[in-house]
Amino acid sequence: MRLIVNGKPGDFKDEATLADVLGDLKIDSLRVATLVNDHVIRRDNRADTHMKAGDRVEAFTFACGG
Amino acid sequence: MTIDPLNLGQTEFASRLLVGTGKFSDNAVMLKAVEASGAQLVTVALRRFNPDRPDDDLAGPLARLPGVTLMPNTSGARTADEAVRVAMLARELCGSPFIKVEIHPNPHHLMPDPIETFKAAKTLVKEGFQVMPYMGADPALAKRLEDIGCASVMPLGSAIGSGHGLQTADMLKIIVRDSRIPVIVDAGIRTPSEAAAAMEMGCAAVLVNSAIAAADDPVAMARAFAAAVKAGMAARQAGLMPMADGASPTSPLTGFLRNE
Repeated sequence: MRLIVNGKPGDFKDEATLADVLGDLKIDSLRVATLVNDHVIRRDNRADTHMKAGDRVEAFTFACGG
Repeated sequence: MTIDPLNLGQTEFASRLLVGTGKFSDNAVMLKAVEASGAQLVTVALRRFNPDRPDDDLAGPLARLPGVTLMPNTSGARTADEAVRVAMLARELCGSPFIKVEIHPNPHHLMPDPIETFKAAKTLVKEGFQVMPYMGADPALAKRLEDIGCASVMPLGSAIGSGHGLQTADMLKIIVRDSRIPVIVDAGIRTPSEAAAAMEMGCAAVLVNSAIAAADDPVAMARAFAAAVKAGMAARQAGLMPMADGASPTSPLTGFLRNE
């Protein structure tokens, strides 16, 4: 299925969870916080969050700022 | 003289200088400047993770500096809902209860939106955050933010990154006089003497970013700000002399060089 991850389309297996998506993209799970369709999905819940085609996934980390 | 600690929520900080991490030439200089500043509350922003730069890790090195607590900001949010979402993500990332609510929808002047800031602060206080709202120097808004349970208010001295100093000094004095929570000047400070002046007028702390990051020698400037904030606070604790209407002699006026 096709998901939009950080604004870019990508293909993932149909039964993928949010944890699978991060794993496929080799994103260190501990270093990002995640949104799915603008809802915050906490780290503990990623393995139970099943994705649907068209879902928007966003992963955030810290940047410099004042 | 011992400087009284800064109390924010349940946490006590020895340093009254808060620093931001933006605009530095590179992360190594930024980390050295943060360390030199002695700041214990340090702001960071959130951005999308870049898979092309997996080693681009900011939180790790900052967290390893002794005594540093992160205060993520909500910069980039244009509405209260967006700011709340950013705050939740930030808490997930670092676990810090401190959040700098920063909502400025117009990139031309970066002035904080008071209505969205108030709405976001109210929600985040209920969610258990120590809320530190960046705001215009408006005494009425400061009181409203205090009433809903913010840990501090952070009125601007002048526009973000402008270096125009304490343009809002008259309003800052009113906010300081009326507040029961710490007042932290955030934005606009260019010189250590302005930071000292803010402390002398009763502010609890100052937050400095551009003035350090854009200095020729950011590490040395961070030390200068640390000294200035301590000096300003020490001066306030020592008690400033009252202002007189006119001159008041400091030496005897006896006319010993002429006959009287």
